[in-house]
Amino acid sequence: MILNTLMKSEFLDRGGKVLLLVLLVMLITVPAANLLIPADSFFHVSTYTVTLLGKYLCYALLAISLDLVWGYCGILSLGHGAFFALGGYAMGMYLMRQIGTRGVYGHPELPDFMVFLNWEELPWYWYGFDQFWLAMLMVMLVPGVLAFLFGWLAFRSRVSGVYLSIMTQALTYALMLAFFRNEMGFGGNNGLTDFKEILGASLQSDVTRVMLFVCSVAALALGYLVCRFIVTSKLGQVVTAVRDAESRTRFIGYRVERYQVWVFTVSAVIAGIAGALYVPQVGIINPSEFQPLNSIELVVWVALGGRATLYGAALGAGVVNYFKTVLTGALPEVWLFVLGALFVLVTTTLPKGLVGIRDQLRRSHA
Amino acid sequence: MREPLINRDRVFEFLIEPPTREELVNTAGGVILYLEDITVSFDGFRALNGLTLYINTGELRCIIGPNGAGKTTLMDVITGKTRPDSGTAFFGQRVDLLRMSEPQIASVGIGRKFQKPTVFEQHTIHTNLELAMEADKRVWPTLFHKLTGAQRDRIDEVLDLIGLKDLARERAGALSHGQKQWLEIGILLMQNPLLLLVDEPVAGMTQQETEATAALLNRLAGDHSVVVVEHDMEFVRSIARQVTVLHEGAVLAEGAFDDIQNNDRVREVYLGS
Amino acid sequence: MPVSPITIRSWLLASLAGLSCLMATGHTLAATAADIESEFARTVTSLYADSYDEKASIAASLAEMEHPRVDLILSALIEGNLYRERRTDVIVIARSLDDGGYHLTDAVTGEDMGDVGRRGARKISVNNSLRRQLKGLVAGRQLNVGSPSDRIAAIEDIVNAGDEELSDVLRARAEKENDPDVLEAISIALIIFDLDAVDEARKLAAVEASATNLHPLVRRKLTAIAADESEVDELRAAAKTSLAEITRRVERYQMVETLFFGLSLGSILVLAAIGLSITFGVMGVINMAHGELIMLGAYTTYVIQTVFPNALEYSLLLAIPAAFVVSGLVGIAIERGVIRFLYGRPLETLLATFGVSLILQQAVRTIFSPLNRAVATPEWMSGSLQVAQGLSITYNRLYIFIFALLVFAALQAILRRTRLGLEVRAVTQNRDMARAMGIRNTRVDIMTFGLGSGIAGVAGVALSQLTNVGPNLGQGYIVDSFMVVVFGGVGNLWGTLVAGLSLGIVNKFLEPEAGAVMAKILVLIFIILFIQKRPRGLFPQKGRAADG
Repeated sequence: MILNTLMKSEFLDRGGKVLLLVLLVMLITVPAANLLIPADSFFHVSTYTVTLLGKYLCYALLAISLDLVWGYCGILSLGHGAFFALGGYAMGMYLMRQIGTRGVYGHPELPDFMVFLNWEELPWYWYGFDQFWLAMLMVMLVPGVLAFLFGWLAFRSRVSGVYLSIMTQALTYALMLAFFRNEMGFGGNNGLTDFKEILGASLQSDVTRVMLFVCSVAALALGYLVCRFIVTSKLGQVVTAVRDAESRTRFIGYRVERYQVWVFTVSAVIAGIAGALYVPQVGIINPSEFQPLNSIELVVWVALGGRATLYGAALGAGVVNYFKTVLTGALPEVWLFVLGALFVLVTTTLPKGLVGIRDQLRRSHA
Repeated sequence: MREPLINRDRVFEFLIEPPTREELVNTAGGVILYLEDITVSFDGFRALNGLTLYINTGELRCIIGPNGAGKTTLMDVITGKTRPDSGTAFFGQRVDLLRMSEPQIASVGIGRKFQKPTVFEQHTIHTNLELAMEADKRVWPTLFHKLTGAQRDRIDEVLDLIGLKDLARERAGALSHGQKQWLEIGILLMQNPLLLLVDEPVAGMTQQETEATAALLNRLAGDHSVVVVEHDMEFVRSIARQVTVLHEGAVLAEGAFDDIQNNDRVREVYLGS
Repeated sequence: MPVSPITIRSWLLASLAGLSCLMATGHTLAATAADIESEFARTVTSLYADSYDEKASIAASLAEMEHPRVDLILSALIEGNLYRERRTDVIVIARSLDDGGYHLTDAVTGEDMGDVGRRGARKISVNNSLRRQLKGLVAGRQLNVGSPSDRIAAIEDIVNAGDEELSDVLRARAEKENDPDVLEAISIALIIFDLDAVDEARKLAAVEASATNLHPLVRRKLTAIAADESEVDELRAAAKTSLAEITRRVERYQMVETLFFGLSLGSILVLAAIGLSITFGVMGVINMAHGELIMLGAYTTYVIQTVFPNALEYSLLLAIPAAFVVSGLVGIAIERGVIRFLYGRPLETLLATFGVSLILQQAVRTIFSPLNRAVATPEWMSGSLQVAQGLSITYNRLYIFIFALLVFAALQAILRRTRLGLEVRAVTQNRDMARAMGIRNTRVDIMTFGLGSGIAGVAGVALSQLTNVGPNLGQGYIVDSFMVVVFGGVGNLWGTLVAGLSLGIVNKFLEPEAGAVMAKILVLIFIILFIQKRPRGLFPQKGRAADG
């Protein structure tokens, strides 16, 4: 019923309706095809595929969060992967604590890597991560607070454009270096892995995998709706106004930096949630998630799909990652060529991305 | 330098619980803007050099001067974009402009139109005005904001005034240069400012549009105080009651248009003859 | 002619040394060659002794013999290759075979004795203290041969062996030596020996003289003296004073060394950033492939070395213009092929050039393999310059520092003195105005991009001498370079120089305190905070144009 209202309302644009419909279809068919249809049937969807789709959904949510700041605010963050990874680490810490005595060293409290480093006790910042609710709070709080502090510093002094982009890249780069250190207490190079169960359900079981998939679908739909609400509100219009004419907005009385910080923080929280859903599905989180390359790759998803549309970002994330999976499997050395070319082509010839192709064609014919 | 008229704490009180602007900007003296001894220098070059200027309540003032006289810098100082090296700037008797940020200055009642028309090109004209409207401009209230009937009426009223009613749902980017100038004046009006700073409002306008603009500005004066910076002498003549001539960052002459025109020093530096 | 006491003393010493030499020669002459052979053979055979002390004294007498095989046997003993053949009890030099057995050579005669099994020979064991003494003995023998640097190495061995008796050998050598460096090394060594002297006055003099001596042994011995309660108070006090002086000196040298490392890192940052500073300053866009242009410069060096394997000394010099051309041309290609279409859209430019950087990386990976390539260092760049005892500077870092300054000066000259420079400065300040004045922006864009990229290539040549050359070489430099440019103030070459050098120094001074990674993070945070205070960098371009 809610869906019906949504579909009829003016609140959603056409792309958004399509996105929600696709998600709805996936929500029903994929779990059924995995759990109900026997494995030898043509229509069976393997658990591997379910997890892969779940991964794409997390990426799509991450892409939407970036589109919120880049497409609507004009802030090109080259460090959004950092918020994703921080959310992932918070989830990873919970999952590590759930391992309990089943680790290689069988220590009831310390994760294996800490025992290996001869640590005597849990560092204070690991306290409470055995509680699911606290971990989930941290999933949102840690990226949010970081984004708030960073944004507050950056936007207050009106750092913008390429300056801001490089600063965000430096941010994720610094975090990567920090998380590579064993002394940080996040497993160093290897990161957090060997997870056993989440909320008492084994991570290896099909049902758990399907449940995680369902959560990812729900998170993406909800994330989309929240972002859509933001960009269609008056606040959304203010931030777009900032993007197009910053000082005009200032001179009609808006405190531009507060709006920027707000959107940047909200976006980081969404990215953190995406990361938290991603980790139990792929089974590992390590510092390479902080790589500047990851964050910048994410930018090309959004650019390819189409900026400032939200659903375009989700589309781009799906398309690019599908091709990445196919290509890195078949021709690994070609992938970087393709990705590089994608950057160049999208920026020079497809400024509105895939969802803008029809517009672009129509205009060039007219 | 004279003492601040009130202490700093009182100035910020209003930001927490806004009283009406008129209460706040005490214009009892009949003067709305006091600029005294303002000096701004860039790299040793003095853009403003000990400038002193008063604007009366409800006045329409034209500021003219050759290029580099400091007209735009003056606007920047009033609106908080540039901080002067020395001097004082008060809005009414109570509000110290030099202690406020651009949005604070805007919300206390100073509106500014830029030299180059600056509107939100991706938004409709209606949205342009809606964004500028006097309202609670903090983040959360803005997120959940809904237009009230009274606000709609006010937008329509301004749309009428600037003659863009039929185009209200068009994107502002599609407007002509002159229409953008008007839209920007409309944006100013939505803020209900006490003081309007208008930088070259008729640049690039046709004769007809220029006349309409002159009429519009004349109508605004009285309810608002208006400061116009303009190059077009004909236009200045058509609207001005009081003219200030800037030269090398300071006031060279002040008076009625005809007096100014006959002032020898003004002729020398400005008209070059 | 007045005769100074020093001359007399040295004359006396010299004649004494000459006398002893004569006596030795006389003795040798008196003995028959056969006597020497049998004496030598007997001594060698007795090396298979029970205690290390015994072995030491036998080795000492062996070292005094003038037999051609002495050095060989002593070094075999040091390396643990001296064995006794099990059946014949002959002392042999053994070479291990793959099957666990040995190939044997008679130690005395040098005769080939063929292979034996693992149990066919028993090792003559040595321990660390014996090994040290043996090294001293060998060094004493080598003191009279070889180049000055060999002799200094021999002196070092003698000092480490700690064999008091060898101090006489050193003194004797001092009379004949005329190389100042060797003489200094000998005097340092003698002071070290005097620290153990029985004679109190000599010891005290040595302790006092040690204040300027940074040899690690000196520190250890002085600390021991200062702590030894059986020593005289005066001596202990002197030891403490000398120790304090040494500590002060070491700290100062460490400071100088850190400063130099900082300048070295800074010069690399400057080299990497200065090209970016030009392109960013003129065109307002960030070329994310800048790091890859540096990498291409490094690979050009590698290719040139591969093409001219015999001209290693000169190929590096040839690589500088070559890398400039290669990277410059690639840079121009990027400008013409990508950036030109994105004028006025800095963020899109950033993304597109990032794509180019990925393509360049992968291309290099495909052409040259993903593994690191080794670029050889020519003779004149290896080694280090000894500034003072305990303070030396490696030549490659020194040259790269000078090179960075030269590049900077050349660039300044181009910007100040040439027509292109004038146009570049005009476009940097006000693009539209420059166009109005008739400057063809397109040409300036191409030239500046070529120039900036070419300098990146030159930076790559310098980097190839410091790090491994691999496809990822340039990746780390874009953030650093950008930080330097922002810190220094966009479009300001002096700013870039000062910012690069100071960031390098700050980084190196933070490193020992915080660790390399934390230092890097701290510097990043510092720059972020710095931009809060001075958004336009250290040396901003002021005025109306900068507000735009």
